[in-house]
Amino acid sequence: MSKNNEHDGMDLRGTLASVMVVGVIIVVMWVVVYMMYMGR
Amino acid sequence: MIALQDRKLALWYIGVAYIAFLIGTLMGLLQVFIRNDKLQLPAWLDYYQILTAHGVLLALIYTTFFIFAFFVTGMSKSLGTFGPKVRLVSWIGFWVTLIGTVLATAMIVAGEASVLYTFYAPLKASGWYYVGLALFVVGTWISSFALIGHYRVWRKNNKGELSPLFAFMTITTIVLWLIACLGVVATVLFQYIPWAFGWTDTINVELSRSLFWYFGHPLVYFWLLPAYIAWYVIVPKILGVKVFSDSLARLAFVLFILFSIPVGFHHQLTEPGISNFWKFLQVVLTFMVIIPSLMTAFTMFANFEISGRKKGATGLFGWFKKLPWKDVRFTSIFIAMAFFIPGGAGGIINASFQLNEVVHNTLWIVGHFHITVGTPVAMTFMGLTFWLIPYLTGRKFTKSMQILAFVQIITWSIGMLLMSTAQHILGLLGAPRRTAFSNYNNHPSALEWFDGILTSHVTMAVGGSILFLSAMILIYIVVMSMFLSPKALKVEDQVEFPMAESDKSHTPKWLENWWIWIGIAFALIIIAYAIPLSSMIMHAPPGSEGFKTW
Amino acid sequence: MHFHKFEKIWLVFGIISLIVFLSIVGVTAFSHDHHPAGGMDTIDPKKVDQTAPFDNPGVTQIDDDTYQVAIVASAFSYAPLELRVPAGKEILFKVTSKDVVHSFTIDDTKVNMMVVPGQITTRAYTFDKPGKYLILCNEYCGTGHHFMFTEIEVY
Repeated sequence: MSKNNEHDGMDLRGTLASVMVVGVIIVVMWVVVYMMYMGR
Repeated sequence: MIALQDRKLALWYIGVAYIAFLIGTLMGLLQVFIRNDKLQLPAWLDYYQILTAHGVLLALIYTTFFIFAFFVTGMSKSLGTFGPKVRLVSWIGFWVTLIGTVLATAMIVAGEASVLYTFYAPLKASGWYYVGLALFVVGTWISSFALIGHYRVWRKNNKGELSPLFAFMTITTIVLWLIACLGVVATVLFQYIPWAFGWTDTINVELSRSLFWYFGHPLVYFWLLPAYIAWYVIVPKILGVKVFSDSLARLAFVLFILFSIPVGFHHQLTEPGISNFWKFLQVVLTFMVIIPSLMTAFTMFANFEISGRKKGATGLFGWFKKLPWKDVRFTSIFIAMAFFIPGGAGGIINASFQLNEVVHNTLWIVGHFHITVGTPVAMTFMGLTFWLIPYLTGRKFTKSMQILAFVQIITWSIGMLLMSTAQHILGLLGAPRRTAFSNYNNHPSALEWFDGILTSHVTMAVGGSILFLSAMILIYIVVMSMFLSPKALKVEDQVEFPMAESDKSHTPKWLENWWIWIGIAFALIIIAYAIPLSSMIMHAPPGSEGFKTW
Repeated sequence: MHFHKFEKIWLVFGIISLIVFLSIVGVTAFSHDHHPAGGMDTIDPKKVDQTAPFDNPGVTQIDDDTYQVAIVASAFSYAPLELRVPAGKEILFKVTSKDVVHSFTIDDTKVNMMVVPGQITTRAYTFDKPGKYLILCNEYCGTGHHFMFTEIEVY
């Protein structure tokens, strides 16, 4: 398998930023329900 | 265009799918109004009968029949026309699945099976309901074997080559389905049917629940993976890019075979009969199955960004504006993906061991599956329907149909947003799921739940009504593209099957060695299930007789 | 197989988040007893009325700080009808069913127990605030499912 591949040199900054937004949504929702659990 | 005989098979599947969709969504409309106390059912019809029909027809029948239509078309397109044997077996599978469907539906209509689609023992439906479900599963197996046969013919003729991505993903989904169904077949065949017909007196309830959920969770991946196929293979073509990474796409799918099955206990976290150790082990395995979805999220955004930058977008988010928003085939699936963000996040919460106590069997769960199967999966299927039927019938997807399609997906999004948000919040407050109208004797807490603007029964009813309107627009589009839209006589009017190119040159061959993945899958299943299931059998309490409490 | 650098960053972030979630729930569950309802004890579903403690369902004081509450669920009610327990003491709920699957769910608490015939579900909980809490069944059990509820008074 050759090391060079189709992804090198692609500008995917927007992708990283977008998935990080998804990640933050996941973490925030989880923490909210965790707080609710602890409060009950 | 694919062969006429293959098109006919696919169209029959779609036809049944949308008949189920029509009845199922009507049942949904009735439910929101009963819960709102605005509708009294006649004495011969019961809320839970309607709820059973809604669940079975939409979650099981609509999805499965549509999935096979999609698979038949895509496999014929990517691997070539079906041979006579594959075609014959496919039709047998179709009819057996349909007979099972009709039998089970008839029992629900007759009021002999108001047991909801989870049919938890010892609620005892007519034995014929379980026979219907068994036939349904066996029918899908026959159809699955036909597709596997078609794939094997291709492999034999193309020795040493990796199969096209669509075919690989189809076979992955089918392998997952075959392994998953073992649980439900075991419980229906060896527990429910003998018990419902009176050949055995009692049933081991906890075992039946566990076998059901062994099937029940991979079932949701059986719905999701065909949507993922569209996301990985169809969407890039519409965007004008290649598949982002052939090897990572295949790897993600293989991970679903491994980790979507040994996880059923996360549906049983608050029940007795399973020790905390085994519950937690399956929670850990459940978290493993999140990883391929994280990979999918990255791939989707990468597709968008690469496509946008190719069209000259700059900056961090410039690509967003360059997406083909005017193409309903894209916009529908984009919205479907967006809904899956909170949907997936909610799923992580559900599986988080004790956090499940906050949400288990509350309206949150209802909200959850409406923004997972009910929108990401269903709206992807809608987005496929728009071009799949015209592709199969050789008719045009006219301008006016395209506009209607936009109205349809936008109304579905608005309706679902209202209804599912209300359900999520109500669930967190504690409102239970699967209940007809009840104010619990005007208990202050119960009244408080429905006091908000977003959390009122009115919001749910408005959402539900908009959804039903949307469903009827879709039925109109389906009927038009099946029978009435003008034939596409000129080449430029013909609707294409968008299938993106995938560069297999860097993909390792072992990814398509099924025995490795099936072997690991069974090893994980044995690790996760062998001991707790055998202790359920060995330490079983006296069994339960059946009850008909409806 | 090659991951783009950003995809590696994303997956590392994602997997670490998952590990953190799992660690939080795992550690609090197994070291602080925050695990969900469960229990491995079984019972003959036809002999619930003759089997202790369900032959005499209700509240029993076990010691100074612990009370046991035995509940029998059946379509579509809970026995006993009246429940009174003190705040600030550990209440050990034990629930079973005489017929189909039910739940025993106390509003605004962590008590959300599946009740399976043949099994005894247990859950310990300490009420902080006195008041009247709604108890309801959130697992479908038949025509009267939505009328299956009761109340517990915390004093």
